[in-house]
Amino acid sequence: MTGTGGAVDSHPLAVEIRGGSKIFNPGRHNEVKAVADIDLDIGQGDFVTLIGPSGCGKSTLLRLIAALIDTTEGTVLVNGKTADAARLDRDYSMVFQRAGLFDWRNVSRNIELPLELMGWKAADRRRRSAEMLELVKLGEFARHHPAELSGGMQQRVAIARAMSFHPKLLLMDEPFGALDEMTREHMQNELLRIWNETQITVVFVTHSIPEAVFLSTKVVVMSPRPGRIAAVVDNDLGERNEATRDDPAFFANVTTVRNALRGGERP
Amino acid sequence: MTAARTLLRSWLPPVVAAGVIFGGWEALLAIIRPDGFVLPPPSEIGGAVAQNWDAIVTATGVTGFIVITGLLAGVVVGAAFALLVTAFRAANETLTPLAVAINAVPIIALAPIFNAWFGILSPRSNQAVVVVLVFFPVFVNTARGLTQVEPSQIELMESYGARKWRIMREVRIPNAMPFFFTALKLATSLAVIAAIVAEYFGGRQDALGNLITNSAGLTRYDDAWAAVLAGSLVGIGLYALAVVIERLVMPWYFTARRSA
Repeated sequence: MTGTGGAVDSHPLAVEIRGGSKIFNPGRHNEVKAVADIDLDIGQGDFVTLIGPSGCGKSTLLRLIAALIDTTEGTVLVNGKTADAARLDRDYSMVFQRAGLFDWRNVSRNIELPLELMGWKAADRRRRSAEMLELVKLGEFARHHPAELSGGMQQRVAIARAMSFHPKLLLMDEPFGALDEMTREHMQNELLRIWNETQITVVFVTHSIPEAVFLSTKVVVMSPRPGRIAAVVDNDLGERNEATRDDPAFFANVTTVRNALRGGERP
Repeated sequence: MTAARTLLRSWLPPVVAAGVIFGGWEALLAIIRPDGFVLPPPSEIGGAVAQNWDAIVTATGVTGFIVITGLLAGVVVGAAFALLVTAFRAANETLTPLAVAINAVPIIALAPIFNAWFGILSPRSNQAVVVVLVFFPVFVNTARGLTQVEPSQIELMESYGARKWRIMREVRIPNAMPFFFTALKLATSLAVIAAIVAEYFGGRQDALGNLITNSAGLTRYDDAWAAVLAGSLVGIGLYALAVVIERLVMPWYFTARRSA
């Protein structure tokens, strides 16, 4: 296992979901139909956001792609394999709302964690961890402990950890949800820069409309109870930068997504 | 310079507090002069320590051995139970009710029964009381630390394809360390109490518990107090040792606390 990644198969679709549904606690009094009838294709190199109100099943959908939970019906393919095979092949990496760094490891060793699990040699791990710290611009914090970092810095370390083994797919569950607005915009810029530099495919869960429109090439709008895909908005804003946030095309797409969300909420 | 100041700042308050308490105690008794058996002044207790030095040192050694061995065994069994219960559902369903049932027994009341099992003069029965008393807080706290893990950290490990034992090693056990050490610190004083009270009922005749009951029986309350003092020192010493080990084992925990 060298972890160079990339060059192997280039299946045209990063994610392919057909008739996907998930029922929690089936047949019990607390049965919940979390998502239903999901059909979704995500191409290689896409940046797709999943957006919807709380309880619309967007986090569930992300976990189905990650094979952290099983589908009740339907199939989920990642890079042309079953989601679970992709998980065991380490085709993807996850970032959560809480950075989830291990307090007992310093920053560098947090980034090395997935590499340790893959059996990398110490010298290779250290080199890669240093590269990743450069990628997220935290080079001088390698030996700090997570508790000594701000929330935004912790989340950058979590991204560095997720990217450390060069996965083809990045699954992000409201990664900037706990950050203040200024930090959040900064992190969005950083994430787009990393996405441009690495050509990675990103699936990004959020409940912020501007965040979804600013970041993604495609916005998947979901409606609740059970979670369904209400609309898919193609969001071709070209190269993003700070000016994009004031671009009329940006606002037009914000309005489109907002209307799609309202349509989805109607009883 | 700053190191000396830090040292002074951490040691000065307890030293001053001890001085005020013992000085006040001595002064108060000099004024109201109660009968000696009610409460002897610190100076008399100090005199009793000097007078019975050999007996107190021997007794402290005997009781200290029971405390330390019982504490170690109780901690090992408690932590092992916690690991089993966390790792295996079947263990959780069988061992947890058992542990709760053991804890519900008034354990000190078992001391005379343990004497019957191990022999009235054997320190084994005293050790057994210590083990059983220490076991439960260590078990409960460690089990809580092993299970109260941030769910996303478990999901993260699963997303990397990590299996149960790897998750145990990388996430659950480090996460449980602060809980374990809280229990260990609690257990040090519990162990001393358990050993001395168990010694009231049996075990070696040259232990602190017997020294206290015998001295009190002979109305030599200053000697009894001297033995109580020795028992306290064992407890304080073990507590301090637990604090030092805690700092050595998880320095990250204290880094986190400083900056948080």
